Amino acid sequence: MMASSYNAKEEDGHHSGASNNGGAGVVKSKKPDNTAFKQQRLPAWQPILTAGTVLPAFFVIGLIFIPIGIGLYVTSNNIKEYEIDYTGADINDACYNCAKNFSWNSTTPCLCSVPFTLEQPFESNVFMYYGLSNFYQNHRRYVKSRDDSQLNGDRSALKNPSKECEPYRTSEGKPIAPCGAIANSLFNDTLELYHIDSNGTRNAIPLVKKGIAWWTDKHVKFRNPGGNSNLTVAFQDTSKPVNWRKPVFDLDPSDPENNGFINEDFIVWMRTAALPTFRKLYRIIQKKPSTTPTLPSGKYVLEITYNYPVRSFDGRKRMILSTISWMGGKNPFLGIAYITVGSICFFLGVVLLIIHHKYDTRNNSADIPS
Amino acid sequence: MARDTEDRAAGTHKAERRQRGRSKKKPKETRTVRVHTGHEHNPNRHYANNRIKTTKYTVLSFLPKNLFEQFHRFANVYFVFIALLNFVPVVNAFQPELALAPVVFILSVTAIKDLWEDYRRHRSDTEINHMDCLVYSRAERRYVERFWKEVQVGDFIRLRCNEILPADVLLLSSSDPDRLCHLETATLDGETNLKQRQVVRSFFDLDCEFDPLKFNGIIECEKPNNDLNRFRGYILHRSGSRDALYKDNLLLRGCTVRNTEEAVGIVIYAGHETKAMLNNNGPRYKRSKLERQMNVHVFWCVVILLLMCLFAAIGHGLWVFQYGDKRPVFDVLSPEGAELSPVVAAVYLFLTLIIVFQVLIPISLFVSIEIVKVCQVFFIHQDQDLYDEDSDSRLQCRALNITEDLGQTQYVFSDKTGTLTENKMVFRRCTVAGVEYSHDANARRLALYQEVDSEEEEVPPPGGSLRRDSSSSQQSSRVVLRSLSTKTHRRTGSRADAKRASILSKHTAFSSPMEKDVTPDPQLLDKVNECGGQMDFMRFHGQPVSQLPSDLADIMDFFMALTVCNTVVVSSPNQPRQKVRMRLESKSPVKTIEDFIKRFTPSRLTSGSSSSSSSSLATSRSSNRGCSGLLSSPSAESTLAKLQEEQAALGSAPPRYDGTPRSPEDGELRYEAESPDEAALVYAARAYKCSLVGRLPDQVTVELPHLGKLSFELLHTLGFDSTRKRMSVVVRHPLTDQITVYTKGADSVIMDLIKPPDTETSKGRRQKKLVLRTQNYLNLYAADGLRTLCIAKKVLSKEQYACWLQRHLEAETAIQGREELLFDSALRLETNLQLLGATGIEDRLQDGVPETIASLRQAGLQIWVLTGDKQETAVNVAYACKLLDPEEEILTLNADSHEACALLLEESLHYIQTKFLCSSSDQAAKAFLPNFAPFEVYPPSSSSPHSAAFTVHRLGLVIDGRTLAYALDQSLEDRFLAVARSCRSVLCCRSTPLQKSTVVKLVRNKLKVMTLAIGDGANDVSMIQVADVGVGISGQEGMQAVMASDFALPRFRYLQKLLLVHGHWSYSRLANMILFFFYKNAMFVALVFWYQFYCGFSGSAMIDQWYLIFFNLMFSAFPQLVTGTLDKDVSAETLQQLPQLYMSGQNSEEYKPYMFWMNMIDAFYQSLVCFFIPYFAYADSDVDVFTWGTPITTLALLTILVHLGIETRTWTWMNCLSISFSVSLFFTVSLCYNASCPSCFSPSNPYWSMQRLLQDPLFYLLCVLTPVAALLPRYFYRACQGTLFPSPVQVGRQLDKLPSETRRNILNLGGVEAGSAVRPVPHFLSLGTPSPEGPDENHQRAGLHAVDATEKDTLPYTKDAAKLPPEPRPRPPGDAEPRPPGDDEPRPPGDDEPRPPGDDEPRPPGDDEPRPPGDDEPRPPGDDEPRPPGDDEPRPPGDDEPRPPGDDEPRPPGDDEPRPPGDDEPWPPGDDEPRPPGDDEPRPPGDDEPRPPGDDEPRPPGDDEPRPPGDDEPRPPGDDERPHETSEALKTSAMSASSRAASSPRPPSQAASVQLPLPPDGDAQRVRYCRNSDHAVRPAARTQTDAVL
Repeated sequence: MMASSYNAKEEDGHHSGASNNGGAGVVKSKKPDNTAFKQQRLPAWQPILTAGTVLPAFFVIGLIFIPIGIGLYVTSNNIKEYEIDYTGADINDACYNCAKNFSWNSTTPCLCSVPFTLEQPFESNVFMYYGLSNFYQNHRRYVKSRDDSQLNGDRSALKNPSKECEPYRTSEGKPIAPCGAIANSLFNDTLELYHIDSNGTRNAIPLVKKGIAWWTDKHVKFRNPGGNSNLTVAFQDTSKPVNWRKPVFDLDPSDPENNGFINEDFIVWMRTAALPTFRKLYRIIQKKPSTTPTLPSGKYVLEITYNYPVRSFDGRKRMILSTISWMGGKNPFLGIAYITVGSICFFLGVVLLIIHHKYDTRNNSADIPS
Repeated sequence: MARDTEDRAAGTHKAERRQRGRSKKKPKETRTVRVHTGHEHNPNRHYANNRIKTTKYTVLSFLPKNLFEQFHRFANVYFVFIALLNFVPVVNAFQPELALAPVVFILSVTAIKDLWEDYRRHRSDTEINHMDCLVYSRAERRYVERFWKEVQVGDFIRLRCNEILPADVLLLSSSDPDRLCHLETATLDGETNLKQRQVVRSFFDLDCEFDPLKFNGIIECEKPNNDLNRFRGYILHRSGSRDALYKDNLLLRGCTVRNTEEAVGIVIYAGHETKAMLNNNGPRYKRSKLERQMNVHVFWCVVILLLMCLFAAIGHGLWVFQYGDKRPVFDVLSPEGAELSPVVAAVYLFLTLIIVFQVLIPISLFVSIEIVKVCQVFFIHQDQDLYDEDSDSRLQCRALNITEDLGQTQYVFSDKTGTLTENKMVFRRCTVAGVEYSHDANARRLALYQEVDSEEEEVPPPGGSLRRDSSSSQQSSRVVLRSLSTKTHRRTGSRADAKRASILSKHTAFSSPMEKDVTPDPQLLDKVNECGGQMDFMRFHGQPVSQLPSDLADIMDFFMALTVCNTVVVSSPNQPRQKVRMRLESKSPVKTIEDFIKRFTPSRLTSGSSSSSSSSLATSRSSNRGCSGLLSSPSAESTLAKLQEEQAALGSAPPRYDGTPRSPEDGELRYEAESPDEAALVYAARAYKCSLVGRLPDQVTVELPHLGKLSFELLHTLGFDSTRKRMSVVVRHPLTDQITVYTKGADSVIMDLIKPPDTETSKGRRQKKLVLRTQNYLNLYAADGLRTLCIAKKVLSKEQYACWLQRHLEAETAIQGREELLFDSALRLETNLQLLGATGIEDRLQDGVPETIASLRQAGLQIWVLTGDKQETAVNVAYACKLLDPEEEILTLNADSHEACALLLEESLHYIQTKFLCSSSDQAAKAFLPNFAPFEVYPPSSSSPHSAAFTVHRLGLVIDGRTLAYALDQSLEDRFLAVARSCRSVLCCRSTPLQKSTVVKLVRNKLKVMTLAIGDGANDVSMIQVADVGVGISGQEGMQAVMASDFALPRFRYLQKLLLVHGHWSYSRLANMILFFFYKNAMFVALVFWYQFYCGFSGSAMIDQWYLIFFNLMFSAFPQLVTGTLDKDVSAETLQQLPQLYMSGQNSEEYKPYMFWMNMIDAFYQSLVCFFIPYFAYADSDVDVFTWGTPITTLALLTILVHLGIETRTWTWMNCLSISFSVSLFFTVSLCYNASCPSCFSPSNPYWSMQRLLQDPLFYLLCVLTPVAALLPRYFYRACQGTLFPSPVQVGRQLDKLPSETRRNILNLGGVEAGSAVRPVPHFLSLGTPSPEGPDENHQRAGLHAVDATEKDTLPYTKDAAKLPPEPRPRPPGDAEPRPPGDDEPRPPGDDEPRPPGDDEPRPPGDDEPRPPGDDEPRPPGDDEPRPPGDDEPRPPGDDEPRPPGDDEPRPPGDDEPRPPGDDEPWPPGDDEPRPPGDDEPRPPGDDEPRPPGDDEPRPPGDDEPRPPGDDEPRPPGDDERPHETSEALKTSAMSASSRAASSPRPPSQAASVQLPLPPDGDAQRVRYCRNSDHAVRPAARTQTDAVL
């Protein structure tokens, strides 16, 4: 019996065993258990999608979305934003000469200044961004070209950066710190903003460079090797990235806490942008304690130390001043999207209502049996 | 022993030499087992030992072997390739190790599953290998306990009672005095009866215990093979003598020894070479249709993938190209520092993107499908409705991966016997010596069973209505008692419980009370008694028994044959499995010629070839047994005297002469038969007091009325086989001392073997009359759907017997070609028989078969029945089970040559075309008759999706095996299919197993349809294997069909739920799941694709690699698994009540190719939404790659889940749980992942992104907006579709929602109206544009047109119900129920059962010409009402005419002379009330003449007339024109039967036959190609197709 029935039994065993989660097969009779689960009689809700059943959902969605959309739209419109393209692509541009002559190999900085006028005062904190267009920071090899361990302060990674950094891994036989293409292409224009008051004097607007990076980046993800003690020592035996003028421990001469890998401009740059047109937070203009607007309307001058060549890839460089709301920067899209989707829902709801009225009435009445 | 062998040496010398010669020719085909006990070791070590190892792997081989196996699946190779591609630096997209993760995961899941299974196998192997058995130890010279695994070929094994055989063992010794060993083979073949095995002949006479030491010989036998029923070989003794070995000597591994104290055998095959193991095939792997379709789409996915990659690669090339030499800072050099040219960059990128987009090929799809299928199998297993309490068995899914094929089946091929019918043979009636005994009481009793069976409610016992007319009252009371006892069971528990209990307690197959109890026909009982009395009288008066009047002698012989001619084993229930010993003398069956000579010593034969040694053997034997008395010439007197002594000694109950019930112990005898027919006959004989009381290999003991116990010396048994279709026993009759051969077998065979009667003598004339009458009755029986068996006998002289025996023994000992020799030998014996009579055995339909067939047909399934039965029986069973409908016309194809067959097919095709293409108005006309058939339940299958060309008409096709053979020829198969496919039901009779499978294969391959074959016996195995889905009925016929099947059902009716519910669910679940998988992956991957436009086609992904890789496996997997497992589109009840819903699966409506593309388009749309809403929302912001990508991932996940929610039809807590689990899993994982390591997971550095996102209101706003926007179109579409053009399934779902009361009403209507009533709009069920038949069909459904016309766009709710006929239940219980065919009870008027034989005849002349369309259906209601008996008779002569000489041509010429017309008259009156006497005429006189089939044609119409005048009288005059019509042309006359209880009173003239309007062609010159059988096949309901040259 065993041998011959063996496979059949084993089959059975397999089936019931494998599927019988509860070992129901032990009952003497082979009669299956009469449980709701096994008999596939679990209590269930069976929605039926017909015009009649679905149309409330459409109206509800429409009714919810449209107000949200309006709210978002209004919020977005209240945000003030000012943008200057200082690429210098055009011959009339202030930075045309800089742009034309400048390359990564230039040693002397090129300065240019762009005057502009704010029509409206900017209240509250104003965020100053630099924006790049046509810059594919999301290029696959570019994104990968970094060594997070090195940036995290790992000494061994400092001395021996990851292969991902190739071809910006070593230079002159020494490991590059920070290695990789991202770091190598660090945005290094310096932007300064001056307010020209009514009597023509240029008042430098204080730009705060603290707090532009994510807190976790600054404090967790990016670490200097050996702490912040002596960066020069820590980074000895490494070489600076090819395109850099200054070594990493000398990025911010004004604030020793902002040097090395934890330099906030560097950190912001290292967070690669999602899209080829992007902006990155450069500085924050903090709200003044007084009631005067942070940036009153009037004339301003943007002083640019033009270090960053973008002409090779038809890039554009911008400076953006923006206030922000609870939902971020100025972007009317979401509001419009909500309003649109809400209206479509409402419209489809109406269509369904018509359909329901025309074709579905019997069905409905049938639901209420006579 | 040595002496024994020497004794035999001389006798077997000749045969032996031949064997040796043969065995030398093919030395490799045998195995040799040498036994030299002198050696310490077994010399057969080189054969496989008995250790079994069914595991696939060893510890070492597991990994490579399993991987190797897994890599057979192409997808796995693909994914591994992709993972490996990641290790190439220039193209790598992900962290290489990470990219391996999914593949490794998938592989390891499968590997773990395999490992677990293998481990279970291993454990079970170990358990089996370590079972104990007694093996003879050569060293210790005794039997010692050994493990099974230590057993080796050549070992001697001692078996004790109830022990399981460890290997295939040759039986050498048995403690049984008869040298038998009883085996239970249930585990091998499922048969519960005991089998007897015999000790090898040379060890037969061993009186002392078998001593292995003395055994010294060589066993030569076949190589191991898996044929359970074959074993041959011989023992070569040291003396040089040989002994043939048969399957009867072999005990197979796995069987259990029963009833035998001890047996010793030698192991022949061990371990994996045993037949049981060789027969063990693992589960079957098939690929389902859905999976094939899916694979096509997987292929398309690959194409899409490549296109996307190509597109992006070109884009990247251009992107690189546009920068020219000015390399931008972000275009990083390759790791080697080399600058990449645009082309090279593009090529690299192409490879990279294949990796990135790999998700498009759903890696988890295959695993998910497997998981879902396992769950589906689990649920199918667990379904209580598929559990049969009677046999305590439930459905088994043996193939795990084709559950969804159950939902797509289009053609069902069914066996008949045992599948549609119970395979419980019930004796119904018999004819003996030309006199029919109709067994009315028996019929009534059976009807009673059926009522009890079919009624569920408590009904007062119908015993009151059961009045006895003529038979004894005891019988009647017994019947009533029976029904009462059944009822009692039902009160206490469920009836089935009781049944099961009874079955379990008895352990005997074929012994339901229904089968056991036979109510004898009083007339026949009287005759038997009389006969017994006379014989008794003669015996006492010393008269030779042969002086008995011949009819009485025939009766006696008839019952003798029933009792003796079988292999039934008798056992007594008190000591289960203990055979009843009624041994009168000890003798073995004649096995050698010497033996025979010895037994018949005083004959001349002594001087023949016998040698002194052989006689000494015989002497020693007999002296051993102390039966020397037998050696003296045994005369009837001495035997009888002995008998009486024996009787006295045993004190057995004296024979009873009256009809008193038998004593209990007598009645308790149980019969264990190999086939249910046998048991039925033995029980029938017992009812006539001819009981079989004991069977031993050499003798059969029979108890006869007045005569007491007689024992027949059993000289030889020629077992039943399907080629001979008969079995015979050779016995020595104790009363006459004649050597008598009793043969029983199929009538077609036996009738040919009947000795042609000699018309000169009166005896001969009587014989001839007997044969003719018997043939008539056989036709009757067949027309009633009974299985017929003919009983014949033959008396042999001793010389003849000896002569035959000699040759037979030679044949038996031959090794080569033994089968053919045996066949020839049997043929020599079974000729010139004398016909005794015939029996009609009813094989009752299984419960619920008609309903199941009706409902399957409603479900759009084409049902073909392929049976080996004869045409008449098959046709009648087909009517009974509603396969054929009296409404419909039947094309009968019987041809006896290839050309004729071709012509016939051509005709039929033509007929179908003309009839059905030109007569759509016909159908329309019939549709508007309001009262048409309120019980019409079938939707014409033409509503199935076949295009107009394949429209299925209301036609039945009946074809016999021979014609089928021609039709299946390559040149004709297309035509055959064209005809068959347009018929609603097809019935192939007398088909061989091979034909069955050929038909299935043909339909499957040519029509490209899904086929399901269902059967229960070995003859269905090939068909089951060929079909897409094979279903075995685990019934009484063994396990072979089950072993070959994918699903094993206990009963046929479970097919309904299996297909309609589980099949539908499985299909719809899987189809939806697969579609969803494609959608999901496409949608997800497209997100990354859109991103390529914004990353310079650099192959960058904004979705973190972890999400990208694990999205499929983890985050989105569970909900769809749950939905794929649990979703029910429509409830089981609705699915069963509205079988039409099944068509959605047949038409693959859940998963059509366009749906794949629609899903793809939807996927691309949704991904666009999911991509661009965040894109614009974050445009020109300081968002970084992964802070932007993570919301997109989240949005995609949410969208996908909500999408799944929209597609989920049934929400249970499991769905909700799984969806929330998925969402929370995603957030948990991403939070943990984003918090875990600030510097790992290069290149993405998602540290703290999720945490930041969760603080961002924008994220939540997106999460709300995007899924809504993405799913708006689909949701809207679904809503519109649900309202405007809901699929039938959706309507079914709506029905589910209704309150139960309303629902029941509607479903009842729906059942009647074939679902059309539920359609809100007319085209609802007709799927698309209304086909030409569309509207017609609607109207064909009862009373529907009214509904349709008035309220076309609604569900017919209660208000509609009022318009319908008052009692629209689809199946009024008991009304349309399968009545046992041939049920003789007076039928109630209006009873609509499917037997309108001949009732439509009396119709005005000319009516049957090409009738106006629409003519034949709305048949007058009163048409088949209680018709006067005369009504039936008038079968127009023309009707008979086209009938060919019939099936009987194999009959030797000169067999039947033209029967005098008056021959048929002397029927017992009242015998055949409901049956038209005309039924018997089908063989026109002269039909049986020894004519070659084709040459009887040019007969004038008047030829048929010589018929009893009274016969023709009731015929309306016009009917006489029929001969003229028939002869006028080659025609297909279709005579559709009368309507059922239709209402509108119409003149009877409406019933009609349709004839092909073909050009008349030579009036009388007809050649008959069409050979309708000569039996009456429901004459009216048939189309006869004649071909005229």
